[in-house]
Amino acid sequence: MEFLYFNVNDGFLEGIVRGYKSAILNQTNYLNLTQCETLEDLKLQLSATDYGNFLSNEPSPLATSTIAEKATEKLVSEFKYVRSNAVEPLSTFLDYLTYAYMIDNVILLITGTLHERDTHELIERCHPLGVFDSMAALCVATNVAELYDTVLIETPLAPYFKNCLSANDLDEMNIEIIRNTLYKAYLEDFYRYCKQLDGTTGEIMSEILEFEADRRTINITINSLNTELSRDDRRKLFPALGRLYPDVQDKLLRADDAEQVKTAVEIWVEYRQFFETSVTSAETKTLEDRFFEYEVHLNKLTFQQQFHYAIFYAFLKLKEQEIRNVLWIAECISQGQKDRINNYIPIF
Amino acid sequence: MKAKLKGAQTGHSLLKRKSEALTKRFRVIVQKIDEAKKKMGKIMQTASFSLAEVNYITGDISYQVQENAKNAQLRVRTKQENVSGVMLPAFENYMEGGNAFELTGLGRGGQQVQKCKETYIKAVETLVELASLQTAFVILDEVIKVTNRRVNAIEHVIIPKIENTIKYIISELDEQDREEFFRLKKVQANKKKTQAASDKEKADLDVSDQDGIGKTVDILRVADDEDIIF
Repeated sequence: MEFLYFNVNDGFLEGIVRGYKSAILNQTNYLNLTQCETLEDLKLQLSATDYGNFLSNEPSPLATSTIAEKATEKLVSEFKYVRSNAVEPLSTFLDYLTYAYMIDNVILLITGTLHERDTHELIERCHPLGVFDSMAALCVATNVAELYDTVLIETPLAPYFKNCLSANDLDEMNIEIIRNTLYKAYLEDFYRYCKQLDGTTGEIMSEILEFEADRRTINITINSLNTELSRDDRRKLFPALGRLYPDVQDKLLRADDAEQVKTAVEIWVEYRQFFETSVTSAETKTLEDRFFEYEVHLNKLTFQQQFHYAIFYAFLKLKEQEIRNVLWIAECISQGQKDRINNYIPIF
Repeated sequence: MKAKLKGAQTGHSLLKRKSEALTKRFRVIVQKIDEAKKKMGKIMQTASFSLAEVNYITGDISYQVQENAKNAQLRVRTKQENVSGVMLPAFENYMEGGNAFELTGLGRGGQQVQKCKETYIKAVETLVELASLQTAFVILDEVIKVTNRRVNAIEHVIIPKIENTIKYIISELDEQDREEFFRLKKVQANKKKTQAASDKEKADLDVSDQDGIGKTVDILRVADDEDIIF
């Protein structure tokens, strides 16, 4: 039945996003970009695409970071446009998307506060999508407990903090562990929220989020091999969802090397192929690349269906990937590493 | 004076040997610097590229890293090396403390972060090596210049000076010798002369003595007495 009413509220925005989607760089554009000899050429090529003259006001020695910055700015303005036109429940869904960036920003601010940095400087470095109203108030807070009491409690992130961390933890725990704990709480919450939305959205989003959770699980396992992170800590960071949950996660907990991780994950056909080449043939494509590839694939699939919210998520992620790709190409050009320029992940 | 000359000569040969040793060392260092610089170029390239890789996968982590870095894991210490009397500082790096970034990029890109870290450690090692070579280079350069100046000074100024002095002294002494000799000769000649004169006189005297004894002067018998006319 929701098909009948979807367009009343969200039809316009879906159209907009589909329009944005068709502006995503395709293979021909990438081919042109990789042929560039200098960053100026790159700028020229980009101006022929939907990016337009987003770099036109930049002074001539172009840095790769400026390109990334400007591209992100464009993405943010597109997202903001969609967000401001959204009504419930899409607006909540879009808000959920920003929480991930908020987590990063909060972590950044906490690290900064712990080291008594200038908060204004910190705010400048925050991701624009994760900006929240009370962020300016962070300048007032001096220690982490105060930060939590005055600022974080007002943000949507407060429940994540409350459920898994005490103020004491904030002072003592490794910042990376905090980040991952928060992210886990966020993923679980988002997953729950998507499930209670209507059929199609829940279906597609849960697939994407499950993959995201599995990816985190695998990554955390691999990256924490041979570190001082204990098994219990590791378990705390695993999101309680996804295909690997719970029995494969138990196996991953006991894994001591990459080979064991591989055998544990192998029962899923999709995941097996990630490891097959990434372990044996080094360098050409890393595990991360394959994860990205699969993520792009999943996100692309969302556009095959209509009347659901997952395309908003997919659009954001695809656009992010595109920015990464452009950045990669730009880095390759500026550093003269032409032989690896094709390691980006094509989208369309 | 002779001792002085000998000292100067041994000093000269010693210094010369020193400067040769230093030059040899210098050449080796120049070669090493050349190699290290080439190596550094390559390593820096891979290092910055691996940083780009990290950026690609993890996003910007610079702030995280800056904030988490409390004390340096890689430290440098200096030690002295003696090359023919010249102290060359040599830098040496060593690891201290645990890895502060073990958990960076835990959720994403941790491996790339570690790889990037390793490449940068290598890059820093090369830099340190290069730094110690470079300081050695500068110091050696200075020392070699000083030594060469000394060698040249000894060779071209001090030794000729001493030699000149010695020559002068020798010539002076010779002159003195000759003068003495001449004087002695003169004296001898004089002596001979006087001797001869006195001999002759004596002989004359002898002769007149014999005359005087043989015919006594007859005072009374004045031969041609002039008439005295008043």
